Amino acid sequence: MTSLVVTATDVVADGVVALTLARPDGGRLPDWTPGAHVDLTLGSGETRQYSLCGDRWDPSSYRVAVLREPDGRGGSRYVHDVLRAGDRVELGGPRNHFPLVPAARYRFVAGGIGVTPLLPMIAAAEVLGADFSLLYGGRRRASMAFLDELPAARTTVVPQDEQGLLPLASWLGTVDDETVVYACGPGPLLDAVSGLVPADRLRTERFTTTEIAAPVRDAPFTVDLARTGVTLTVDASVSVLDAARRAGATTLSSCERGTCGTCETTVLAGIPDHRDQVLADHERAAGDCMLPCVSRAASDHLVLDL
Amino acid sequence: MTTAAATLPSTDIDPFSVEVLTDPLPFQAALRDAGPVQYLAAHDLYAMGRYAEVRAALTDWQRFCSSAGVGLSNFRREKPWRPPSLLLEADPPHHDAPRRVLSSILGPRALRRWRDRWFAAAVEHVDALLGTTGGPVEVDGMTALAEAFPLRVFPDAVGIAREGREHLLPYGEYLFNAFGPHNELVAAGAVEAGEHAAWVNGQCTRETLADEGFGADIWAAADRGDLSVEQAPLVVRSLLSAGVDTTVHGLGWVLHGLATHPDQWSVYRADPSRHRVCFDEAVRWGSPVQTFFRTAEVDVPVGDAVVPEGSKVLLYLGSANHDPRHWDTPERFDLAHDPSGHVGFGFGLHQCVGQHVARLEADALLAALADRVERIEPAGEPVRRANNTMREWASLPLRLHPR
Repeated sequence: MTSLVVTATDVVADGVVALTLARPDGGRLPDWTPGAHVDLTLGSGETRQYSLCGDRWDPSSYRVAVLREPDGRGGSRYVHDVLRAGDRVELGGPRNHFPLVPAARYRFVAGGIGVTPLLPMIAAAEVLGADFSLLYGGRRRASMAFLDELPAARTTVVPQDEQGLLPLASWLGTVDDETVVYACGPGPLLDAVSGLVPADRLRTERFTTTEIAAPVRDAPFTVDLARTGVTLTVDASVSVLDAARRAGATTLSSCERGTCGTCETTVLAGIPDHRDQVLADHERAAGDCMLPCVSRAASDHLVLDL
Repeated sequence: MTTAAATLPSTDIDPFSVEVLTDPLPFQAALRDAGPVQYLAAHDLYAMGRYAEVRAALTDWQRFCSSAGVGLSNFRREKPWRPPSLLLEADPPHHDAPRRVLSSILGPRALRRWRDRWFAAAVEHVDALLGTTGGPVEVDGMTALAEAFPLRVFPDAVGIAREGREHLLPYGEYLFNAFGPHNELVAAGAVEAGEHAAWVNGQCTRETLADEGFGADIWAAADRGDLSVEQAPLVVRSLLSAGVDTTVHGLGWVLHGLATHPDQWSVYRADPSRHRVCFDEAVRWGSPVQTFFRTAEVDVPVGDAVVPEGSKVLLYLGSANHDPRHWDTPERFDLAHDPSGHVGFGFGLHQCVGQHVARLEADALLAALADRVERIEPAGEPVRRANNTMREWASLPLRLHPR
């Protein structure tokens, strides 16, 4: 399993804590692109998805920001109240369902903690030399994270207690063919944006607490290597790929980070726990293949065509 | 800088001389033994040849950039001979969208729709070569197999016109020469390079591409907004630039390996579990793409030395794939090897996006040969061709003994 260590926890706004994560050996983390998220399995056993909001030019750390949700399930409470620097979390991904597409002009709309995936997009837009602006709303100024990191001249900050709801229609105006609108935040905000922007000019990511991956097991599971004729037990200390290789299966791999797709293996039975960056959601759901360099088992038993 | 210079080994040997290009292994061994990095005075260049450092530098896009060119030429000072590639010669974030689109079009799952067609085409191709006499057949493995089979399936999969495909190989040959210094190899190709490039560019427009294929998929991505319409033809160009000669010479090396190691051909035919490693072992062993360059974004410490900001760095993939510090018996072509982690396709975020396409072409051709050919043996001296980037055979005389 890919374990990361929490190297810092910082309160970046009222109710928002930023986690800095690194490999225990301080080495390179998997590359990522703006809009990407990671699956983090917390000590509480729950897996949550968090947008990466750090600096991709720093290869050895990730940053995510977590909003405390009193009504939410345990994940955010655990991060705020229990998780401390030095603790371990398990990593899946990164994957990107919210990529930055080429455009001459970007208009970013953030609601609350939805600002997180937009931060690296803004950094990218600056490097790309694209025109961009950000409309950022939150309940109160003190609850809005990362205000000090945003380019002031291009950012319109709208705390609801001071200025009311986001002035979406007037701020967006007419969205032309050169512009792509990126919006991330709670459902009602995205619905409002969708009503104002042509569908082909809009990319959204819904910030909710319902998107929870299946629980990850750290208990050992068994793997049948059907061609090799070996059954082995895989515990948390080893990848399925390495275990199969040691057991004498013919394997071929390259990146061993779930990125390149070289080690793709047919799953004959059992339920894989996908931790890679390659398979699309429908391919994951089909459950008939996996990337054993990083992916594991959600069931007690897997049968692989190795 | 003074301390760096003091600990930095240096050589006057030109790795782009025809002598080294056609017999690179002695130079590579000396490069590795000199240290983690060596200064090549002939081209004011830093070179790495050990596996660990080459792989680390390929991965480290933050400090070793590609946008200043992945050949010897520094695009910050010299005008590139063609508009730079949006993939090979780009860094994040510019690299992100083209890479994302092409990764998904050329991913192993997406290629499944070509699998049956390519396997059937390979059977047809090999049957035609073997004829009906049942006796041994002599062929040039390069023209009859390594070149002919990719040219039979890949351009159709991209969806380009049938007329003019003879431009593809010389275009790639020139492109890979042009990553090196302006030597006689580049001069010889320069005369016709413009004509080849113009034809290739002409194949990349929406109107000329077939309705089905990688090219159409790229334009569909532009229609979805995942690429801009300005980017789409250049992404198609990347397929035609990087997808033909590389596969051709990968196949050349696997055929040469199997012809000169008859025991390995027996292993291949007897043990399907080794099929998965065969082509990659050949890519490691032959390393058809020998070298790529990066440019240091900052002063980068390597071992006891420092690669200074702005300098060009030669990453010797072929040498890394033969480094005895990493591989057991790297000089042997051996299906018992595990070539996992070889850098013959590069490594990191620029790693060959078409690697699954190359593997599928190789799998199809080798499967057809394995079904029909008992023995492959050399039928004459193979002929090398010097290229500034690729390690290649001009001719591979082979005798195929049908089952």
